[in-house]
Amino acid sequence: MDLFKLFSKEPPSKDVAKERLKLILIHDRANVSPTFLEMLKSDIIRVISDYAEIDERGLEIKLTKAGEEGMVTPALIANIPIRKMKDSAK
Amino acid sequence: MGTSIVVTSGKGGVGKTTTTANIGTALAMLGKKVVVVDADTGLRNLDLHLGLENRIVYNLVDVVEGTCKLKQALIKDKRLDNLFLLPTAQTKDKTAVTPEQMQELVENLKNEFDYVIIDCPAGIEHGFENAVAGADRAIVVTTPEVSAVRDADRIIGKLEAKGLEDHQLIINRIKFEMTKKGEMLNIDDMTDILAIKLLGIVPDDEKIVISTNRGEPAVTDPASKAGQAYKNIARRLLGEEVPFMELENEESGFFSIFKKLFRR
Repeated sequence: MDLFKLFSKEPPSKDVAKERLKLILIHDRANVSPTFLEMLKSDIIRVISDYAEIDERGLEIKLTKAGEEGMVTPALIANIPIRKMKDSAK
Repeated sequence: MGTSIVVTSGKGGVGKTTTTANIGTALAMLGKKVVVVDADTGLRNLDLHLGLENRIVYNLVDVVEGTCKLKQALIKDKRLDNLFLLPTAQTKDKTAVTPEQMQELVENLKNEFDYVIIDCPAGIEHGFENAVAGADRAIVVTTPEVSAVRDADRIIGKLEAKGLEDHQLIINRIKFEMTKKGEMLNIDDMTDILAIKLLGIVPDDEKIVISTNRGEPAVTDPASKAGQAYKNIARRLLGEEVPFMELENEESGFFSIFKKLFRR
């Protein structure tokens, strides 16, 4: 039994539980509604579009965690692919 | 002036009432004057855990409504002279009491007792608001399951929002064999996730069922592992430094070092 575990790639179920919990608690603690991220996304697109041409479909915003172990705070990570800068920005 | 402690969890069935009964009894065994308060109006159970269900005449709602005096509703424990139960009503619901009334009641009890231990109902609604209203400290009970940990986190957030910063965690029903195999969240996992001070660990103990069957808290049984854990918790509440229970059946020696090496 233990021998099988030695070679299997599957992580212990408690690690799966811990990871799932960490992620769900970030959302719980931030109290973020699903529409919130969508609203934020469209606002960001609107603001940045004044300065750069962006790939809207490639735009990705997610809630994740930042900080040291134990003192985890929610953080917003945005990945905004820029096609080209607008002349007005130069 | 005594201290009031609310025992809460969010999720139901994690052992709030068992914890309340045992901590209350253990503190009384240590010589403190204790009252345990059932705040789960409509679904009272603390009386059963203490074996006092046949002695109830008046209850918390009667006191709040002025039907009787506070002293009349208090029931003395069978075993300990310095332990009392304030039961709640079974035929009313949680809206029968307001948080302000509860706060006043707990203040009155604090004048008479060293410790007022309040058993909070499950959930985050009216019953929770009532139970925490008069509390100086909070004990959050959880079990090593994702749903219980999630709910505990939510409760901790609620407590902090209310300015109840003095809160500590009890991890109940931990199965050491399973944590050792990585099949159950261990203590470090849980304190890491919840970022709250640990008050105690209670091992999963089948004898608890027997204790509840008989209406005798586990702390009254010297052979009970869970009872020992609750006694340790009571001493920690009094400010004593008591080491946490060692992992049961922990392997030691040369062979285990090898095993641990391979497990990585």
